[in-house]
Amino acid sequence: TRLKEGLRSQVSAALKEGRVTPTELCQRCLALIKSTKFLNAYITVAEETALKQAEESEERYKKGQPLGVLDGIPVAVKDNFNTAGIETTCASNMLRGYVSPYNATVVQKLLDQGAVLLGKTNLDEFAMGSGSTDGVFGPVRNPWSYSRQYKEKSVPKPHSEDKESNWVITGGSSGGSAAAVSSFTCFAALGSDTGGSTRNPAAHCGVVGLKPTYGLISRHGLIPLVNSMDVPGILTRCVDDAAVVLGSLAGHDPKDSTTIQDDFKPFELPNLTDVSKLSVGIPKEYHAPGLSSEILALWSKAADLFKNAGAKVVEVSLPHTRYSIVCYHVLCTAEVASNMARFDGLEYGHRSGMNESTESMYAATRREGFNEVVRGRILSGNYFLLKQNYEKYFVKAQKVRRLIANDFVKVFRSGVDILLTPTTLSDAAPYLEFIQEDNRTRSAQDDILTQAANMAGLPAINVPTALSERGLPVGLQFIGRSFQEKQLLTVAKWFEKQVQFPMIQLEEVKRQDNGVFQHQKSASFS
Amino acid sequence: VACNARGGAVPAGKSGLAPWIPVVGLEIHAQISSNSKLFSGSQVQFAAPPNSLVSFFDASLPGTLPVLNRRCVEAAVMTGLALNCSINKKSLFDRKHYFYADLPAGYQITQQRVPIAVNGSLSYSLCIDNKMSQMVTKTVRIKQIQLEQDSGKSLHDDARSQTLVDLNRAGVGLMEVVMEPDMCCGEEAAAAVRELQLILQTLGSSQAVMAEGQLRVDANVSVHHPGEPYGVRTEVKNINSIRFLAKAIDYEIHRQIEELENGGTILNETRAFDSKLGCTVPMRDKEGKQDYRFMPEPNLPPLILYDAKSLPANMNHQQVINIDWIHERLPDLPSVKREKLVEQYGILPEHSFTLLNEDGLAGFFESVVKQTQMKPKKVIGWILNDLLSYLKQHSLTVKESPVSCFVLADLLNLLEKKEISSTAAKQVLAELWKGEGKTPLEIVKEQKLELLQDQKELEQICQAVIDGQENEVIIMVPG
Repeated sequence: TRLKEGLRSQVSAALKEGRVTPTELCQRCLALIKSTKFLNAYITVAEETALKQAEESEERYKKGQPLGVLDGIPVAVKDNFNTAGIETTCASNMLRGYVSPYNATVVQKLLDQGAVLLGKTNLDEFAMGSGSTDGVFGPVRNPWSYSRQYKEKSVPKPHSEDKESNWVITGGSSGGSAAAVSSFTCFAALGSDTGGSTRNPAAHCGVVGLKPTYGLISRHGLIPLVNSMDVPGILTRCVDDAAVVLGSLAGHDPKDSTTIQDDFKPFELPNLTDVSKLSVGIPKEYHAPGLSSEILALWSKAADLFKNAGAKVVEVSLPHTRYSIVCYHVLCTAEVASNMARFDGLEYGHRSGMNESTESMYAATRREGFNEVVRGRILSGNYFLLKQNYEKYFVKAQKVRRLIANDFVKVFRSGVDILLTPTTLSDAAPYLEFIQEDNRTRSAQDDILTQAANMAGLPAINVPTALSERGLPVGLQFIGRSFQEKQLLTVAKWFEKQVQFPMIQLEEVKRQDNGVFQHQKSASFS
Repeated sequence: VACNARGGAVPAGKSGLAPWIPVVGLEIHAQISSNSKLFSGSQVQFAAPPNSLVSFFDASLPGTLPVLNRRCVEAAVMTGLALNCSINKKSLFDRKHYFYADLPAGYQITQQRVPIAVNGSLSYSLCIDNKMSQMVTKTVRIKQIQLEQDSGKSLHDDARSQTLVDLNRAGVGLMEVVMEPDMCCGEEAAAAVRELQLILQTLGSSQAVMAEGQLRVDANVSVHHPGEPYGVRTEVKNINSIRFLAKAIDYEIHRQIEELENGGTILNETRAFDSKLGCTVPMRDKEGKQDYRFMPEPNLPPLILYDAKSLPANMNHQQVINIDWIHERLPDLPSVKREKLVEQYGILPEHSFTLLNEDGLAGFFESVVKQTQMKPKKVIGWILNDLLSYLKQHSLTVKESPVSCFVLADLLNLLEKKEISSTAAKQVLAELWKGEGKTPLEIVKEQKLELLQDQKELEQICQAVIDGQENEVIIMVPG
């Protein structure tokens, strides 16, 4: 039905033809958000403003003057993007109740296109984490935990355990956005990606997660984690939709001096049929320690898929991959220490009641406002930035970063068009298992396959590929050349068509679509 | 305190002891004269209502990003060129971290690694002894000029145990000019700063008014014996005028000498100048040695400047800064203006200094010269001795002078045409100061100061005088 449709071909057409109205669409999504509240995907639901936006969109459609493909389309935005008039918390006590006076550029662009902003999604505090489990509003639950596919495969536990405790994580840090898209409460969501935070939850939640090239989309209004690596991420149910959203967001922003000046032309994805001219690289280092045999097999199968279709598939090497975790750790914590310095309780956000002196107020505010993960990274980062350590750590890490980036340059120069890798080491872990290890350990493990693309600023995308033995989504990642999103998405779309990833079967969604439900076999609609 | 040569020694405090060489360096912050701030679009204005000129970026709202102000870069390039610096075609921005109420982001954006301009020089002149008769030219090396953000202002209200923060100034563009320790006393430092001030005002890159905080000077002072390594230096802050700059430095030099001669040591500390007491006092140093944890500013790409040679053909000239283009359009610097005045009007070099030192005086002088036949060499005397001293006595600026250049020119013309004597002219001038609107001619007529030109009339008067003094005449004639 409507909720499960791709934007371009189905829903947009339906809106245009009046078969469904923006208000109906909005109301259905809001209702679904309510009935899937247990997922904890949303921190704030902006019901009133969303309905108002939907009404305005409806007026435009009545007049036959929709603003574009996104007009009337319900979307969700990760809660580390500034939204004027709607709380922006970064899932932290530090910004609880903070209402920003301005919209992030990407939010403004969506609104200018007529999109309907349903609300702000949950994340790890300040986007630090790979599980969406470490925010002050609690963890996000992977919708697939409640899918028929997962329940069928679950071994019933012998002792009477609350079946609720079996739920699996979304991955992170953009888990709320991934869950929102995966559970059909919106058609597209914004996430952010610094070390894999859009692709990782996309893989675990069975949705498309696009990390654009650094500098293509404005970061103005995205509360930064690592300024030199952050990008806004796009989460959708199919590759075509990602291309549509990309088209509405990309381009130079004078407010962000790190966006490139070149004109960006939105594109439609061609239906690739002939891959014989394509050269796909398989980086051997991405066969990382801890990679599940299941995913390894899937990766191999995917490579064969390309080969059998006539593409050239070659093994390549990115020799500095194994240093990326350590390098990332130094650079990330250093920037975090710097970026978090502004949270002192003076101008906005949480301010401690401690007022013996300015310094004691700062210290108390920051201890009360930040969770352990954030505080830990600030301390590490400050250590690396000390005068006596700067050369040894920060500068060294920058040099290693350059080496990592150069690995990609060499490979792309050697005739390879695109790289194919796993996105995650395994399918989504159960929450109780995930929290056995601390955030830092998890992040270090989980980011290994996604980090390097952030170091090199390259575009990368997760495409949902198949279900694991446990009935949970597994995705594969494509990494492309700088600013070659069109090529990247074209290949991703071809692959998506080949694998026909199954649609999630959720009770709640079924109920919402009662009467109009059409059984769909796959999520791709080209 | 006057030193005679670079590194000239100050007379030893106690007899028999080795002389001391004072060493003075300066760190000067000049507020850039621009409509908006260095990285944001909020306005730059002195004395606006508190927190009325604060953009989201200035308040460090999360998610805001810096955008470089072109005008500020141009101001820094102009200043660098005027100070004979090499302009770095590529310079970088860094974050300097510390926590303070007037620094909302918890860091200042500055240029620590590669500033916009380096290795320049500033020439300034001093008079030897207090008469303006002998001037000597000195040079101080400019280490670098860097662009950086100004901080906000915080006011401590001890009565209510609170601190009030005004962010109007936060983010305003500054040029930090670092002068090498080539100076040796307060007078040199004052002269150097005065010259810098004139240069900045001529360029228009900063209004450089110390009283409005547009020019802030910190002095680094140390003393050592000849042949020995430099001594421990102190930093002197809170200096609000050029006059106090000289006082503060000289006080600090003496304090250090006395301390050392009494067997004490100098601490590497920051001291504030107390203008009421005329001395320096240690500032409460809460943080101890600060590690600013410098880090590159990741949101600003390297600043690339071009010259005629490196400018790419298709570049939109609105998007880039061409150093050569700026160089060609630099106005005459004070030193050039002075030379021209000396050459054009035949006045003394020290006169040209005074003319430029007083805002508007050179223009006044030139206007008068244009409107009178009197030789400039003579006009200058009236300008410097009569006009200027009157203005100084009444604390007036040239603009506020009750005697305009037209009126003065009229007066000098009367003198030149020998219609009045110079004594009479001074009398007329004294009347003109009252600013009652009378013309010089009117005053001359009123006070009957006209010179008699008629020969016969003069002879008659003289004869009458002689006739009335027969005895004196008889005594005089034989001799």
